[in-house]
Amino acid sequence: MSGAGSTERTFLRMALGHPAFVIGFVLSAVFVALALISFVWTPFDPTRLSIATKLQTPSLHHWFGTDHFGRDMFSMIMVGARVSIAVAFIAVGIGMIVGVPLGLYAAARRGSFIDEIIMRGNDLVFAFPSLLLAIMITAVFGPGAVNAIIAIGIFNVPVFARLSRGAALSLWTRDFILAARVAGKGAARISAEHILPNIANLLIVQGTIQFSLAILAEAALAYVGLGAQPPLPSWGRMLADAQTLISLAPHMALFPGFAIIITVLGLNLMGDGLRDLFDPKLRRER
Amino acid sequence: MTAYLLRRFVSLSLSLVAASLVIFLVMEVVPGDPASFMMGINADPEAVAALRLQMGLDEPLPLRYLGWVAGLLQGDFGVSYTYRVPVSELISERVMISLPLTLYALALSTLIAFPAGIIAAARRNSAADLSVMGATQLGVAIPNFWFAMILVLIFAVNLRWVSAGGFPGWDAGFVPALKALTLPAIALALPQASILARVMRSSLIDTLDEDFMRTARAKGLSRGQALWRHALRNALIPVLTIIGLQFSFLLAGGIIIENVFYLPGLGRLVFQAITQRDLIVVRSVVILLVFAVIVVTFLVDLAYAAADPRLRRHRR
Repeated sequence: MSGAGSTERTFLRMALGHPAFVIGFVLSAVFVALALISFVWTPFDPTRLSIATKLQTPSLHHWFGTDHFGRDMFSMIMVGARVSIAVAFIAVGIGMIVGVPLGLYAAARRGSFIDEIIMRGNDLVFAFPSLLLAIMITAVFGPGAVNAIIAIGIFNVPVFARLSRGAALSLWTRDFILAARVAGKGAARISAEHILPNIANLLIVQGTIQFSLAILAEAALAYVGLGAQPPLPSWGRMLADAQTLISLAPHMALFPGFAIIITVLGLNLMGDGLRDLFDPKLRRER
Repeated sequence: MTAYLLRRFVSLSLSLVAASLVIFLVMEVVPGDPASFMMGINADPEAVAALRLQMGLDEPLPLRYLGWVAGLLQGDFGVSYTYRVPVSELISERVMISLPLTLYALALSTLIAFPAGIIAAARRNSAADLSVMGATQLGVAIPNFWFAMILVLIFAVNLRWVSAGGFPGWDAGFVPALKALTLPAIALALPQASILARVMRSSLIDTLDEDFMRTARAKGLSRGQALWRHALRNALIPVLTIIGLQFSFLLAGGIIIENVFYLPGLGRLVFQAITQRDLIVVRSVVILLVFAVIVVTFLVDLAYAAADPRLRRHRR
């Protein structure tokens, strides 16, 4: 027990000494915090229209200014963070929950017909640019946050299926897996008890990267009107609103853009940091 | 090599068939049936029936699929419900904007990424390397449509160097047309250039650490000569793959950027078709883009095989 504790403590110390990870973590944490706080408090009601105070530049009263309907931009960005993070989180979750078992199954039955079907299916989804998939889904089922989640989620499935299959394949040749097979464990149990914990690091790193891609995808979909629908504020929609007013009120474009950039940058830095932090540990285990 | 080509070709054909099936089926599951979906709730039943007949919706599903594919193979995408013209006409007009835009962005991305990646790899951990890496980190985090808006703000609104959007058409001359595509291409290229520069850097660094590089230096080549003659060629293989993949990102990403600049390309077409519920146009644009992506990926695979000496040896 004390051994496990000290490993965790070493990892924490290493993490705190890794500048990219720390910066990334702080940046991401700020937006997660903003999203959580928005459930209980925002400076203004983000849906309240007030034409008298429209298009105000940033001030002490309205930190990020107001939009063309007089809505407080800072409050909108707080609630927008909630939408972005929720959509990205669920979409990546779908990708993991569907993709990882598929990949593990394909690896356990490598070379079989099922393996071939799973991998070809993955190739097919990969061939669809995710945006086109989203467009098709929304063309048929209508725009909305749920359809954005499904579109982004489907695209995440092959990412995790491929990653876990590749990583699991190399693990299947290792001695400790052989030992587990000799001990009479079935493929499903070995995958769950031995393979999954050993590829968890990889999945976390990839999950962070996919999370940032999902936030960008959600923003793009919302920007073209295929994401969350009004009155729910979303970063992409705010940018779409800002576009026609760009010469009149550039602040309307700047702040939602910064929100996206900082969140994505934070997640990417965190992902890179995690990869570095996990890597030496993996090497030591070998 | 022949067996390899054959195998790749079979897999290409299967992908195309599977993709067409998926697209066909997705469009079939619209609430109600496609005809009443397209005409809306208050449509005249007779008009719906006429559209059903025109779309051949009374035929069985497999027959309809085969008919559609047979049409596609002859370049017949069907007739747009809103524009009342053959979809192939609409598409061929719009492709003349979307394709040049994609290629322009691809060229820009490569032109930016190669020097950046090479400098970063050649001077690893130097200030130049760190600035390239920092810039690329930022480049992948910036949404390209936001970057596009900022470009418009700076170069169109403030400096007035270019117009904020629209397209004069290729008839207006090559230079004005290219000028209209320049900001969109830059916006589109930025994130891809960042990714490509990173791949170029890490691929080149891997190659520089190889034994044959030490041999090249030992036989008297300078660092620069060894880099140009030996490292770059070997490092290019993964870079090529990424360039191929980027084609699909740029083609799809172009859909969004076209909307920022009001360029009448495939992207504008597909979004207008969505609001007008013109499923025939949506379906056609989607399948065209997906086919383009699959075929380009196939070609990249071939290029990869041609560039990799291990595959070439099998041919002998």
